[in-house]
Amino acid sequence: MSAILEVENLQAWYGRTQALHGVSFSMEPRGITTILGANGAGKTTTLRAISAMIRTAGTIRFDGARIDRKATEDIVALGVAHVPQGRGTFMELTVEENLRVGAWARRDRSGVAEDFDRVYRLFPVLLQRRRQLAGTLSGGEQQMLAVGRGLMLRPRLLLLDEPSLGLAPLVVQEIFAILRRINQESGVTILLVEQNARLALALADRAFLIETGRVVMSGASAELTSDDAIRRAYLGY
Amino acid sequence: MDIFLQQVVSGIATGGIYASLALALVMIYQATDVVNFAQGEMAMFSTYLAWSMLNAGVPYWVTFFATVALAFLLGLVIERLVIRPVESAPILSIVIVTLGLLVIHNSIAGWIWSYIQKPFPSPFPSRPVHMGPIIVGAHDIGEISVTLIVLLLLFAFFRYTPVGLAMRAAAHNPVSSRLSGIRVSRMLMLGWGLAAAFGAVAGMMVAPIVTLEPNMMGGIQIYAFAAATLGGFTSPGGAVLGGIIVGVAENLVGTYVRFIGTELKLTVALAIIIIVLLVRPRGLFGRAVVRRV
Repeated sequence: MSAILEVENLQAWYGRTQALHGVSFSMEPRGITTILGANGAGKTTTLRAISAMIRTAGTIRFDGARIDRKATEDIVALGVAHVPQGRGTFMELTVEENLRVGAWARRDRSGVAEDFDRVYRLFPVLLQRRRQLAGTLSGGEQQMLAVGRGLMLRPRLLLLDEPSLGLAPLVVQEIFAILRRINQESGVTILLVEQNARLALALADRAFLIETGRVVMSGASAELTSDDAIRRAYLGY
Repeated sequence: MDIFLQQVVSGIATGGIYASLALALVMIYQATDVVNFAQGEMAMFSTYLAWSMLNAGVPYWVTFFATVALAFLLGLVIERLVIRPVESAPILSIVIVTLGLLVIHNSIAGWIWSYIQKPFPSPFPSRPVHMGPIIVGAHDIGEISVTLIVLLLLFAFFRYTPVGLAMRAAAHNPVSSRLSGIRVSRMLMLGWGLAAAFGAVAGMMVAPIVTLEPNMMGGIQIYAFAAATLGGFTSPGGAVLGGIIVGVAENLVGTYVRFIGTELKLTVALAIIIIVLLVRPRGLFGRAVVRRV
């Protein structure tokens, strides 16, 4: 099976500061991969680089075609949904409008209607609150809305940045269960950045570890989970 | 009593003028998160374009729609050439740039068409309409109707069209919008174009009343700011109602409060702005905007 995402020698900069120093990895379709690493290691930067939100060098292939010279909007149109850290909610739009914004890059109306149903089925609370302003939702509901917004693109690759941030453990469990369901039901490939390494490794089938802008270890989630160094540094036992 | 009613009715008429410009201000604020101080002068400039066309013998309604289209293009060009370079600058810089645009439009209009007042025709009949003891100009009725139509179009555009939704999204959260595939800079450009188009409508409705000259929008713009502040910068309907309230208040205060008269009328607008900002900064119908700084 050919890779859906291939990243080779990816470098990225914030202004003059280089944040990634040659990151390489690839993802199989329908898989869930997680990026582990300490704060500031370059996890979020990797996602931002894929979406062309910052200056980069190196090659990124999506479905075999180069995307590293494309604009963010064009990458989205190819089917790469990016749910940013902090959720990126449109506070002053209603829940339904937030979802409709997520479907902006699509032109197939009947498909969009189906996906509204699908998102409301996955997150019934969004259906209840669909006429409410998104700013009035709780943190957990906003995270659900953010994932829903990403799904409205009917993406082939979903980039998720810290979906558990600031949420109560029960809510996090609920969201992760739904992520697994989304991956199994619709086969969307997921690239997950997550502080909570234990949770991330339990969901993902593959993982790699970034330190100071470089990949230092990669493999199946089970391998990394049983690695002593990872266990001490990131799983804390 | 008749005097009172008459003053209220003509207040509504002047209020309609303020409302029409306030709508353009609200439009651009909704679409780009910027308050455009040059809105009135851009409207004045477009009205001069209309005057030139009318002078060349083009029929009124052809001129009307051609001017709206030209103003739209002018708005696009201004956004692309002048606003885009400072797009990511602090809000204060953008405000200063719009103040610069105000002066530039004013000077260029004066340079091309001189500062001499020019009559501008109304598309509506000139005879007054009698409603019981009250007299209303046909132009006033027409102008208020046009304002209400523009309001309706604006509301429907933002509420029901995908592009309207994308424009609101782009104004409120540009980063998330790009990650949803919305071309934010294109939306900002469109916002400037549409606001300029609505402004042109306001200019062509105002000019028959105040006669056309480069400074014709000066006072009106302050009233329009009062209207938009009162109604709430996030609410087109509020801006129209705000315009009418300001118009009526201005007229009544001018009539009944002896020491204000016509000379100090403009102070009423400024007083309204200050009171609203002190008591209810989001305006009557606006939404409070919370920002993390």
